[in-house]
Amino acid sequence: MSILLKTVWAGLALVACLTAQQPDFDKVDMQVQHVKGGVYMMTGAGGNTAVQVGNDGVLIVDTQFAPLAQKLMTEIRKLNRGPVLFIVNTHFHPDHVGGNAALAQMIGAARGPGRSDGDAPLKIVANENVLNRLTQKVPNQPPFPDAGLPVDEYFTPFKDLHMNGEAVFLYHEPKAHTDGDSVVLFRGSDVVVTGDIFTPGGYPFLDVEHGGTVQGEIAALDHILELTVPAKTQEGGTYVIPGHGRICDEADVVEFRDMVVIIRDRIQDMVKRDMTLDQIKAARPTRDYDTEYMGPGSFVKADQFVEAIYKSLTQKSK
Amino acid sequence: MIRRGGFFASLAAIAMSLTPAHAQVDFSGAWAPLFHEDLPERIPGPELGDYMGIPLNDAARLRADSYDADRISVVSEYQCRPHGGDYSMRGLSNMRIDAVIDPVTQQLVAWHTRMGFQEMERTIWLDDRQHPGPLAPHTWQGFSTARWDGNMMNVYTTHLKENYMRRNGLPRSDRATFTEHWIRHGNYLTVVTVITDPVFLTEPLERSQSWVLDPGQRMGRDICEYNQEVPKPRPDYVPSHMPDTNPFLKEVAEWYGLASGVLRGGAETMYPEYRQKIGKPEQPKEKCDRYCNCGAADNPTCLVAPRSSR
Repeated sequence: MSILLKTVWAGLALVACLTAQQPDFDKVDMQVQHVKGGVYMMTGAGGNTAVQVGNDGVLIVDTQFAPLAQKLMTEIRKLNRGPVLFIVNTHFHPDHVGGNAALAQMIGAARGPGRSDGDAPLKIVANENVLNRLTQKVPNQPPFPDAGLPVDEYFTPFKDLHMNGEAVFLYHEPKAHTDGDSVVLFRGSDVVVTGDIFTPGGYPFLDVEHGGTVQGEIAALDHILELTVPAKTQEGGTYVIPGHGRICDEADVVEFRDMVVIIRDRIQDMVKRDMTLDQIKAARPTRDYDTEYMGPGSFVKADQFVEAIYKSLTQKSK
Repeated sequence: MIRRGGFFASLAAIAMSLTPAHAQVDFSGAWAPLFHEDLPERIPGPELGDYMGIPLNDAARLRADSYDADRISVVSEYQCRPHGGDYSMRGLSNMRIDAVIDPVTQQLVAWHTRMGFQEMERTIWLDDRQHPGPLAPHTWQGFSTARWDGNMMNVYTTHLKENYMRRNGLPRSDRATFTEHWIRHGNYLTVVTVITDPVFLTEPLERSQSWVLDPGQRMGRDICEYNQEVPKPRPDYVPSHMPDTNPFLKEVAEWYGLASGVLRGGAETMYPEYRQKIGKPEQPKEKCDRYCNCGAADNPTCLVAPRSSR
């Protein structure tokens, strides 16, 4: 099977999977948590949204699903009436970029390459691989709306900008959850937004078909730990908004990183002993973590996590 | 009469609202922990592989089997972690309890505790406030609220960070909650802790700890700064034993002459009947040679080195 075809099928499977998990959006309650400084976390359905507000206006990180855009904007407007200047996407999955176009249209009708809120241009920013993925044609799927494309993409190891009186850094984490992950650091507010690199309470979805690897995942988690500084007694300090789940801090990321490393090491050991994927699955190398990271509604099951690690350890580098 | 009844009822209501909702028992003061319970688990600390008395599930057992204490040295983020709220009461440090008084009403709204070790501080709210929602951050000490039941204070704690059930690698998850029953008899304080953990326990775990009033004690600072203690063989190194390879798990049974397997824990090991099931040691030692005479006058805190190593 060609790489392109594999990619298409994997994309379809992903969309089907995410679609299957979509709730009744009318019943979704958008919950707002103040995290720290000018940063808030909004949780409805799909991934978490981070919102930074201040005198300059609004910066949004990830936009959940399209049908929730109005609820998201309603809550944002309760916090700040200023222009929405930036949407940042941590990666390309539909539960994180789904609301891009609807929000952009709400903010101001699309005007050619730029979108506006009054006179202030809206920029949609992501790593270039997010744009590449979203502009890839998938058979029998509607194209991603132009109005929501992150055409203000970056291809460098990081991108920085200044917003609402603080430096904001976007770090590209290569080959982690996908090949286009960004971790966002609000330096003044002392908040890190991780996207789906960090999903407390659930195994990470290593999207190997779209460039994700376990090595990159661990490197990205280590980088998040470098960015976080705990306060007294190793808690608080820098707060972390995960891709899904509650507000966290460094200690929570440490537990998650250690879990990924320990399970990676076990599978690597089995691969060295020439065990097949089926044999590794049968050995259940995650069995002491399943009660913590897997439940009936979990997106990533243990076998899927094991398979993703196995694939990323055994695939030849491209 | 109706009017008068209403008048008296109003007076009574006003009188009740003016009466301070004082604590049934005053816990404030400086307290020193007593270690007569659960030595030597508390001092010098649990043996590796000893899970007796813990209603753990298979996941917790394997997690503990895989635990490598080098993790504390290599993963520097572990070094300054305090105990969890459920464990801190059975730690080794002194405790000061302060009453938190509403400055306007002069009513007790909370107890504030401070432990010497790692400066652990905890607030136990008595003002009927709600616990935070599921998206709120978790902390080592968790979020605690309490109500009086006569002279006993019942505390309920949620929002804990992942930590340990026992200091030999037995985990306690961030989904755990615990209740406490605080009981004061004169100068003695007993706290019964009941932990529920859907991730790692099959039944609630009950433990108790006692304290004695210790007026005049001075609690200093305990500021911890973490640092890399040993070089890592590779950047993403987290020490851990592969499943079924930890060579240290058998030691404890050998040291105490017990059959292998009796220390593996589980709900049945909490109950007295388990003693009959395991019977007498298979190879009883002629003389105690490890942490002997704990709690006695010549070894009150069980810190004396094992006799075999003296």
